[in-house]
Amino acid sequence: MRNRFAATIEELAAVDERVVLLSGDIGNRLFNRFKERFPDRFYNCGVAEQNMVSVAAGLALSGLRPVAYTIAPFLTTRALEQIKIDLCYHNAPVVLVGVGAGLSYASLGPTHHTLDDIAQLRSLPGLTIMAPGDAPEVQLALESALSVDGPVYLRIGKKNEPVVHAEAPPFKIGESIPLRAGSAACLLSTGTILPEAVAAAEDLAQQGIEVALHSVPTVQPLAQDWLASLAKQFAVIVTIEEHAHAGGFGAAIAEAIADADLPVHLVRIAAPDQFHHDGGTTKEARLRCGLSASQIAHRVKAAYVQRAH
Amino acid sequence: MTAARVDLATLEQYSREIRGTVVQMSHASGAPHLGSNLSCIDILVAAYWDAVRIDPSQPSDPGRDRFILSKGHAAAALYATLALRGFFPIEQLRRFNEVGYHLPEQPAPDCVPGVELATGSLGHGLGVAAGIALAAKIQRKDYHTFCLLSDGECNEGSVWEAAMFAPAQHLGQLTAIIDYNGWQATGRSDEVLALAPLTDKWSAFGWDTREVDGHDLAALQDAIRTDDARQTPRAIIAHTVKGKGVSFMEDDNNWHYRIPTADEVAAARRELQL
Repeated sequence: MRNRFAATIEELAAVDERVVLLSGDIGNRLFNRFKERFPDRFYNCGVAEQNMVSVAAGLALSGLRPVAYTIAPFLTTRALEQIKIDLCYHNAPVVLVGVGAGLSYASLGPTHHTLDDIAQLRSLPGLTIMAPGDAPEVQLALESALSVDGPVYLRIGKKNEPVVHAEAPPFKIGESIPLRAGSAACLLSTGTILPEAVAAAEDLAQQGIEVALHSVPTVQPLAQDWLASLAKQFAVIVTIEEHAHAGGFGAAIAEAIADADLPVHLVRIAAPDQFHHDGGTTKEARLRCGLSASQIAHRVKAAYVQRAH
Repeated sequence: MTAARVDLATLEQYSREIRGTVVQMSHASGAPHLGSNLSCIDILVAAYWDAVRIDPSQPSDPGRDRFILSKGHAAAALYATLALRGFFPIEQLRRFNEVGYHLPEQPAPDCVPGVELATGSLGHGLGVAAGIALAAKIQRKDYHTFCLLSDGECNEGSVWEAAMFAPAQHLGQLTAIIDYNGWQATGRSDEVLALAPLTDKWSAFGWDTREVDGHDLAALQDAIRTDDARQTPRAIIAHTVKGKGVSFMEDDNNWHYRIPTADEVAAARRELQL
């Protein structure tokens, strides 16, 4: 995902001279080409994320379109008040890109896990939150983000994630991307966990349970009509995310269902609300959090069977 | 866009008028932070009638100098200065802090012409000002960005992140002014945290520093006035007195929160020869 981000931001900078890239002292070689091509539009802001976000606000208020990039927990939790005041309060068109979201950096422990960013940022008025599911979605999300007249947070993974979309799908902020049709349940997957959700749906199909699957790259704003339409079609909706239960994508869907009094059963698959100390690979961490494909399939099947009887 | 040079006697009169207005605004609205407002008024007058190149009839001119009030709790002083400078009618100041009116207790985005940034939480202004100054560099514009901070604000770590960023990017079109009135909300600013030696700190962080009497308008003008072709940001440490201009408020930190009574407003205005 991060390589696609680097390639895409370079393309966007070539066609829009307002694009300025800020980095929190990461991605050195990643941006070599960008720095060569646009030496006065790349700034390493150091390990000073609060200031990087404030600087981005100043650039945006002066007519530029800054993109601020660093490791997701340091960009979001560390600089939360700068995002709230300098960006959201001023509706400053800044794109924040948090790399290594979810359990991408599982081995580095809870300091580098990002299982709380959606919860913290979702309450900030005017902030668009996007969590692309693979590299093509990163490209589409970034292209869309730069056209938003306000702040955007993009939550992306690390590198070498499986590519789900063979071709670029239709993409619009607020709308989901259907990947499979089915009637047993509708799986809504947001962000980096998408390949596991795809594998879970395939697993279920082999067991004779055909589920619909949508990738949902936009967490906020949620389209109310979109969810109501799904609730009419499905008895069970399942949210899947590499984020804690508290306050995440599933929580947003639960709120929307409650607010609109939608007649649908919701299953939320997310990481337990606790620190995950054990390290290991992303795959191992997902397994401990109940986020592997087979665990997702098992939860969906149980919900389906329960509803069917 | 610089205003015609105004003589010092007139500037001193403006300072007195703004002080009297701000005391009245605090009384009428119940808004605190009077001492913090009074300490920075001479800085505002020296800046807005001299160094800051801005046309009140063109408050959004892309080429204007930017003045950021990072110590947002001195909003009343900023509003009164902007009104007297001609950004909006002085009569509007009577509605300061009125519910739903565009003169809130702390500056909001686009509240009145001339307010560049919503502030109130300390430690935000300098980073944003650095971004605005960086934008001038990227866009090859010659405007200058000024940022007024309080000494207590320098407790915030984000101030020092910005303080390291600006010299690294050679932001010579950026000036920080620190209103060093020696107090913060609950104590002496040199005692609450180890703030001193403040000038040495800014120097050590790579800024061209200068100390000035923050109530000497001529000295302030000389310090704040910009020159061209500079590669290093400037920090002006302005030594001020909290509550300046009203004898019974000067250097008394009770006026961080106290609201003056009608009698105190009258006594203050008499002292200010208003």
